[in-house]
Amino acid sequence: MSTTMNAPARHARSGPSKDMAVSLALGRRRKRRDRIMLWLALAATAIGLAFLVSILATLLWRGTQALSLEVFTDVTRPPGSEGGLANAIVGTLIQTALGTLIGAPIGLLVGTYLAEYAQGSRLGNAVRFVSDILLSAPSILIGLFVYQLLVLPFRGFSGIAGAVALAVIVIPIVVRTTEDMLQLIPNTLREATFALGAPKWKMILLVCYPAVRPGLITGVLLAVARIAGETAPLLFTSLGNLNWSTDLTKAMSSLPVTIYAYAGSPYSDWIALAWTGALLITVGVLFINIIARFALRQR
Amino acid sequence: MTSPNDTDAATHIQAPTLETRPAQEASAAKIAIRNLDFFYGDNRALKAINLDFPERQVTGMIGPSGCGKSTLLRCLNRMYDLYPGQRATGEAMMDGVNIIDPSVDLNALRSRIGMVFQKPTPFPMTIYDNIAFGVKLHEKLSKAQMDERVEWSLSRAALWEEVKDRLATPAGGLSGGQQQRLCIARSIAVRPEVILFDEPTSALDPISTLKVEELIDELKQDFTIAIVTHNMQQAARCADRVAFFYLGEMVEVGTAAQMFTAPRELRTQQYITGRFS
Repeated sequence: MSTTMNAPARHARSGPSKDMAVSLALGRRRKRRDRIMLWLALAATAIGLAFLVSILATLLWRGTQALSLEVFTDVTRPPGSEGGLANAIVGTLIQTALGTLIGAPIGLLVGTYLAEYAQGSRLGNAVRFVSDILLSAPSILIGLFVYQLLVLPFRGFSGIAGAVALAVIVIPIVVRTTEDMLQLIPNTLREATFALGAPKWKMILLVCYPAVRPGLITGVLLAVARIAGETAPLLFTSLGNLNWSTDLTKAMSSLPVTIYAYAGSPYSDWIALAWTGALLITVGVLFINIIARFALRQR
Repeated sequence: MTSPNDTDAATHIQAPTLETRPAQEASAAKIAIRNLDFFYGDNRALKAINLDFPERQVTGMIGPSGCGKSTLLRCLNRMYDLYPGQRATGEAMMDGVNIIDPSVDLNALRSRIGMVFQKPTPFPMTIYDNIAFGVKLHEKLSKAQMDERVEWSLSRAALWEEVKDRLATPAGGLSGGQQQRLCIARSIAVRPEVILFDEPTSALDPISTLKVEELIDELKQDFTIAIVTHNMQQAARCADRVAFFYLGEMVEVGTAAQMFTAPRELRTQQYITGRFS
């Protein structure tokens, strides 16, 4: 008994002096590396923030210069005459809303299929793969795709074509967020629902969706924020319209396309309006993001 | 389930006949398992199990982790059907029907055999809706009948007094012990004949554990109960009969007193004295 008690103690007395010196030096080196890492991370953060602040400051400074009530009430007019962005604002609202209405339900159902029905199936993996490719596809490609699909056959640009192009962007975003959210649900919750004798569709609709409702809403809102600022998919689909038009079968104006056209023009009043349009989109997207965060936090 | 056009559920809730039945009849097997095998893919997890679950008694199942006791429980409500590659062969007779048979209607079966899980699993809805959810799946009740059913099941689960003023609040706001009793109430509300408990107190504090154990004792008047537990004191306290499982076999079954004082098998004796776990 006594020998076993003493053995480790003796060991401890003779051992440490050398180890201690080593570990002190090691500790100093580690601390130094730790500090270097910290400064590198801080520097990178500062650079990133500097760009962001500079963009926002410029946007705020130049965007507010042409900001007036007419921006919201008057339509786009030829250079030199007073004009606003009303048709572009309304066009963006219509196409974004319609694109979300088409894309979000499809994305929600596909995401549900992937998470609840296609676990490990070959079709599921294929769908997930294609959806992820679509997620990172250049948006101009999507514009060209819808141009072939809905503009050429009907011989005309249209608001509906623009909305469909935006919907194609919405789908993979909502697919991903929906699948990710549903996968967060512990399997025990599903088993508990089945254990009461519930069919699968009721389990999904009445238990799973409510369990991750804030996450699902956030996914949709993020998709809305993304398409609100898309230019490329609209260039070949809704084209833009200088006049007031809410006719979905005709070419329709939108903020991003108007900004694109105005910012590249040589006229100073157009360029000023382009800045204002950019500010409006940014504020709108910021607002949506804040709502999304708020929705996610309310659990 | 009882007759499908039995809409007057309120009268059924009291079920006075259940409590006045003679004791001999109560000990008839509610579920009789004969020669049951279970497979996870090619892995045979249960080997030729024979076990009776006497009506309105508590049957405890003990044994080291991975011995198959939870697997057996999940056979009884066919939970394994969710997972491809898992299958059972043999017999589990309940009222003359082999519930292992693939042709059995799972939703109807699960309305007769409820289950309470290891961790509390409240649904993301109000306390009231948690209870009403399962009932609505199988019965059409008026608002008043549903109110009565919710109160009845919460009272049976010894939770009514604690939650009667906040039925419309989310169930997630309850404590762990309350959530588990809510899950028990949710199972009772469907008025099953059998309730399966899968380590129902392993995530609970001692006081909540005590409440759940008292509850199980109370519930066996009306329900046939099967409980899987890692806690041998719990098995001794709650169960009328205890079955010991080891490596997929049912080694021994007997009354709780006999199992814990005079086990017939060496392996049982070694397990209950903590020689292996």
